[in-house]
Amino acid sequence: MSVENGIGASVRRKEDQRFITGNGHYLDDINRVGQAYGYFLRSPYAFAKIKNIDLSAAKAAPGVVDIFTGADMVADGIGGLICGWGITSKDGSPHNAPPHNSLAVDAVRHVGDQVAFVIAESLQQAKDAAELIEVDYEVLTPVTNISKALDSGAPQIHDEAPGNLCYDWELGDKAAVDAAFANAAHVSKIDVVNNRLSPNPMEPRAALGEYDAGSGELTLHTTSQNPHVARLIMSAFLGIAPENKLRVIAPDVGGGFGSKIFVYAEETTTIWAARKINRPVKWTADRSEAFLTDAHGRDHVTHAELATDSDGKILAFRVSTQANMGAYLSTFASAVPTYLYGTLLSGQYKIPSIYCEVQAGFTNTTPVDAYRGAGRPEATYVVERMMDTAARDLKMDPTEFRLKNFIQPDAYPYETPVIMTYDSGDYPLAMNMAKDMIDYNGFAARKAQSEANGKIRGIGVAAYIEACGIAPSAAVGSLGAGVGLWESAEVRFNPTGSVTVFTGSHSHGQGHETTFAQIISDKLGVPIESVEVVHGDTSKVPFGMGTYGSRSLAVGGSAIVKAIDKIVEKSKKIAAHLMEASVEDIEHEHGVFSVAGTDKKLTMGEIAFAAYVPHNYPADLEPGMAENAFYDPLNFTFPAGTHIAEVEIDPATGVVDIVDWAAADDFGNIINPMIVEGQVHGGVAQGIGQALLEGVVYDDESGQLLTGSYMDYCMPRADDLPSFRIATTNTPCPSNPLGVKGCGEAGAIAAPAALMNAIVNALGKDIDMPATPEKVWRAINSN
Amino acid sequence: MTTVNMTVNGKKVSADVAPNTLLVQFIRENLRLTGTHVGCDTSQCGACTVHVDGDSVKSCTMLAVQADGAEVTTIEGLAKNGELHPMQAAFKENHGLQCGFCTPGMIMSAVDLVKRNPNPSEETIRTELEGNICRCTGYHNIVKSVKAAAENMGG
Amino acid sequence: MYSFDYERPSGVNEAVSAIGEDDKFLAGGQTLLPTLKLRLAQAGKLVDLGGIAELKGISVSGSEVSIGAMTRHVDVANSADVKSAIPALSYLASHIGDAQVRNRGTIGGSISNNDPAADYPAALVGLGATVHTNKRSLSAEDFFVDLFETALEEDELVTKVTFPIPEKAGYAKFPNPASRYALTGVFVAKTAQGVRVAVTGAGPCVFRQTDMEAALSSNFSADALSGIKTEASGLSADIHASADYRANLISVMAARAVKAAS
Repeated sequence: MSVENGIGASVRRKEDQRFITGNGHYLDDINRVGQAYGYFLRSPYAFAKIKNIDLSAAKAAPGVVDIFTGADMVADGIGGLICGWGITSKDGSPHNAPPHNSLAVDAVRHVGDQVAFVIAESLQQAKDAAELIEVDYEVLTPVTNISKALDSGAPQIHDEAPGNLCYDWELGDKAAVDAAFANAAHVSKIDVVNNRLSPNPMEPRAALGEYDAGSGELTLHTTSQNPHVARLIMSAFLGIAPENKLRVIAPDVGGGFGSKIFVYAEETTTIWAARKINRPVKWTADRSEAFLTDAHGRDHVTHAELATDSDGKILAFRVSTQANMGAYLSTFASAVPTYLYGTLLSGQYKIPSIYCEVQAGFTNTTPVDAYRGAGRPEATYVVERMMDTAARDLKMDPTEFRLKNFIQPDAYPYETPVIMTYDSGDYPLAMNMAKDMIDYNGFAARKAQSEANGKIRGIGVAAYIEACGIAPSAAVGSLGAGVGLWESAEVRFNPTGSVTVFTGSHSHGQGHETTFAQIISDKLGVPIESVEVVHGDTSKVPFGMGTYGSRSLAVGGSAIVKAIDKIVEKSKKIAAHLMEASVEDIEHEHGVFSVAGTDKKLTMGEIAFAAYVPHNYPADLEPGMAENAFYDPLNFTFPAGTHIAEVEIDPATGVVDIVDWAAADDFGNIINPMIVEGQVHGGVAQGIGQALLEGVVYDDESGQLLTGSYMDYCMPRADDLPSFRIATTNTPCPSNPLGVKGCGEAGAIAAPAALMNAIVNALGKDIDMPATPEKVWRAINSN
Repeated sequence: MTTVNMTVNGKKVSADVAPNTLLVQFIRENLRLTGTHVGCDTSQCGACTVHVDGDSVKSCTMLAVQADGAEVTTIEGLAKNGELHPMQAAFKENHGLQCGFCTPGMIMSAVDLVKRNPNPSEETIRTELEGNICRCTGYHNIVKSVKAAAENMGG
Repeated sequence: MYSFDYERPSGVNEAVSAIGEDDKFLAGGQTLLPTLKLRLAQAGKLVDLGGIAELKGISVSGSEVSIGAMTRHVDVANSADVKSAIPALSYLASHIGDAQVRNRGTIGGSISNNDPAADYPAALVGLGATVHTNKRSLSAEDFFVDLFETALEEDELVTKVTFPIPEKAGYAKFPNPASRYALTGVFVAKTAQGVRVAVTGAGPCVFRQTDMEAALSSNFSADALSGIKTEASGLSADIHASADYRANLISVMAARAVKAAS
């Protein structure tokens, strides 16, 4: 029996009604009586000492309520921003995490660093006043490039990080790898740069801080993917307020892609300032501020080598990466180039030994942290560019080389040399499916046709894997995480049979209000219109870890299933009592409880009513029908698949036209296929953006951000992208009750490698991202 | 302060505004119609798109005083008598939105697009949506939505 | 935005007499308003030209197309008269900015700003247009002086632009991938007075490519352009494109403009 709008149905989204009619409530749509407006004075320099700040003229400006500097926050005992994941270097030393004040104290370390917070009656007045602040800067020479920052003699950005080094980390068996290379028939090598990106959710970050002098409670409305984590950090480490006096609300949030995981200076300062002035304070970033301060993504420089035997079998893989952390260590920055990167370097392949080392360092740039995929796109890019290079060196078809080296479908659980245990998958199936979808074998004819038209055609494959459903708390704890990564849920029946689900996950575009409701609807037989999903308010939902790492369904959804199981268990007892049967004889399917072998049955609604009006009720049972659950996953999940891109290049201009895209993804079981496809589209679009269009550029000498607006940072538009062909395979995930793997990041992980492999295939030479028309044109015209 | 009079979503409104008040500020702050969003400060993302005298414009790149005497339609004024505009319905039916932030501007642009091109090809839709940025959908389902709406609108 | 005063005159003379030293004319506002928003510019007063009916409209006589300064890009793009007289001009207007920008932006505003990457300057110079102001008429080449600089005096206002109708003309633009301005745009026209090739986006100001004009004069075909290169020195270079690449784009876009010419 299947349920209408249940698991597996492409239910149209419940949340859409308010968004398509303009009735969503994004942060800047929320206002409070008496609210004042905050504006940050930011550093115009990439690196400078602050010798003096003179606020006198600014404080006297019309409409100014107050102006705060770093000294005020320090005097108030407010701590600095933290990094929540400790990485240990090769030599056993902990990573260097220099102080990071919300408002600069003695130095500014990137363009846009916060210098002062001006609060006025209007935003216009706050901006006017900010122009009157006189800051005496001693300008220093900056360094923005990670390789240059790690060179000896580079400007020293923090006293606490000698040589600008954050950590020098390793993973894998170096000796085994060295030995394998020594005996290899072939060694292939690549150098790749993973370009720095700006996440650019369309809603800029914003905050509204309120203070209730009566209760002493602070309320922060903020654009967050994980309001409880924000509250925890602000309370425990910054000392803004005790957790029980701090409420954090993340309302409708307009996209995140990782950038709204982190606890930033602006939100922290806004809530602190609300208490200082005892008035609501609103801060909304404009896009220019977003470019300067939203944590960036990627920015790796990597050298990799692959050893193969005479038969084309992989023997060993060796990777050396430099990772740019920016000016300060952001909330989860340290984990991205290490445990979210090195651990995925086995890809879909049976590789006997792997060794990876990563040097992370500081530069005078915006901090870098997790951005859609976080470490896994970087890993996939290295692995898949490497596989194509090796296939080319070995004169093998790149898909044949991959198929030859894939972990086989009967090999699970499969332990990689980089501490992951893959639980399920069928990599050859997905690759062959993608090849069929794009007519891989017909490529040669299409290439000839393009050539006849004066165009250069290329095809590129990426077989990616990711570790999602982040993550088993014990596992991440042993690797340095400062938090557990379980999830919470409460399923609460109302007496009349409707349901409110409280989840610690947070939706900022993913459609949880629909997907989670489908689970309830399917398992408890409640019409989907009668299910309300509540998230994003620390005063409403149980402590939860939030949404990132494609974890909401695998972890948050599983917590909901656990709570549902408890509801069913209790309902069976009530049903047994009401139908005068033994609990063992009660059968349950989709919200109908029946007595085995009879036609006696009760619906979930009737049982819920009985639980709230317990006139005839089991004596040993609590009334009411609400259950909560916390779910800690047993393992990561491992979505995987193959994407194939086909391109046609105009040699006159170097313009790359994506003429076809085929994706075959294994996300395990799927609750809502429509939403899953949408996630793949969006991920692929961001991956294409990285490969062709996007890249944060700093001026080498001054450290100024040269891509500080949509005039210069190239966002993918509708006419930059093709339509996508998407299909899925399914090996259910064995480690969670829904059998799901997660789909949010796959596209962004697979796409850059597939597209760049296609371009390299067309050009016959290597090229770095983004493959702009000029770069491609130069490659065509160089020898 | 300058007095502006305009008709917004069929309702006559009047207010005294500073000349440097943008139309989008007037809509969001004076009229409290917060469905029109601001996603950039260089007039490119199109989240603030509304119709002025029937044409799509970026309300962040127009002064409120310039709209004096004009008929303005925002996303809140698109549905009539509780019934979704075919474009709104198509975005929902075809999953043309995820986070929803760009959506009001995207829908307003799309309505104008179909007015100008009653039977648009995929290529026309993609080209004509140049002034609207979406970060979530990869545009695939937006294109599908606009095409479906155009068909339903009798193109 | 900093504060400013606002005036909306209904005639050209009124507008000109309203303008003071620190004031600015406001046409479609698609460049001026973003600049003011970012506080990159300041004005004592904005004199809005939107209420001046005499500045709007398109008319075509036997030999020329006349476009009022406050005529929007969308109106030029959609004008049946322009489409039949100078289809390349209509095509160019339909590729300025995006749909919303074309619904507000005007020809007068665009050329008075003289952004080095704007499209219209290529059409004006390529077609040998005449710019009419409240004071005088001057050739497009005399009008566009340098980067963001025109021959306009402080109290001078563009009223209309007249374009002689060519035998054939074409425009090809390579947009900046991010901003969608012209990274390089080439307007080619075959007129009774000879062939004109105007380049925008590639340098600090629109310019004529005279080598190409000479080659096309004897043989108006894309083949005639093969081998003709533009010196990269003097062309613009930025994070989007080097001078060398822009020089290449001039050749490629010129050939495409010739092919498209009708």
